Amino acid sequence: MSEQATRSHPHLPGESGVWVFILGDMLMFAAFFIVFMFYRGEDVALYAKSQLTLNQHLGAVNTFLMLSSSWCVAVAIETARGGRPRGAQGWLLSAMACAVGFVVVKFFEYSEKIAAGFTLTSNDFFMYYYMLTGLHLMHVLLGLGVLTYLWFTLRAPSAASTLRTLESGASFWHMVDILWIVLFALLYLVR
Amino acid sequence: MPGILKLRVTWLWLFLIAATVASWEFGHGLGFGENIRLSTTAVIVIAFIKARMVILDFMEIRHAPPGLRLLLEAWTLVVATTLLALYWQSA
Repeated sequence: MSEQATRSHPHLPGESGVWVFILGDMLMFAAFFIVFMFYRGEDVALYAKSQLTLNQHLGAVNTFLMLSSSWCVAVAIETARGGRPRGAQGWLLSAMACAVGFVVVKFFEYSEKIAAGFTLTSNDFFMYYYMLTGLHLMHVLLGLGVLTYLWFTLRAPSAASTLRTLESGASFWHMVDILWIVLFALLYLVR
Repeated sequence: MPGILKLRVTWLWLFLIAATVASWEFGHGLGFGENIRLSTTAVIVIAFIKARMVILDFMEIRHAPPGLRLLLEAWTLVVATTLLALYWQSA
């Protein structure tokens, strides 16, 4: 009943300041996506040839990890709302494990590319590849810090502010997921 | 554990995984066969459908103040449309 009541009213998930940050970040990435697609159009052959050297499997594995991590955080929020902070902590740990997996795969992928001689300065495609995935990776590392912080927040006695903090961190993490969904399509799949 | 099967987000997560497999196939050259433009269009459309699902149900924007929902829906629509327009112009 109480959940129904809260659900029928608009509810901002997290602090409004966090949302200013999230929206700003999403705008910045939107500009990058569009710039990438514009320059791809200027030299389709080069982008297509360079893209063939990417490891689509690793890109897909990272998409599965990112989606799963995001799902674990969503379940953690539901669990915390249900008054089970220990359970929520478990789900956060699963989310962190997926995020660490993402980072490991990314480093493996980078080293594979660098070993094959493809670096930031190889050509425009690789400049965007390293810049966009690198910027995203920084968000993942920041997100790992956020998830760790949320885990510690759940150790404290439950308070209304705990849920708000959880929602703020979760919203940021879901944004990192959304950005990767688009990056995977743009860099690995668009032909 | 069975509790998670009752959660909407769990079914959405399974759908998102399936959608990723589908777009991966399109990226491989399956789906529309040699018609790369249609495959890529599908890849972009699927990506933004996934993004919108994460926005609405993982981020819980479905229940957020309408202004925020409008901004995020606009982001999805404008970015997807611009990318598709740029793609079709160059292809």
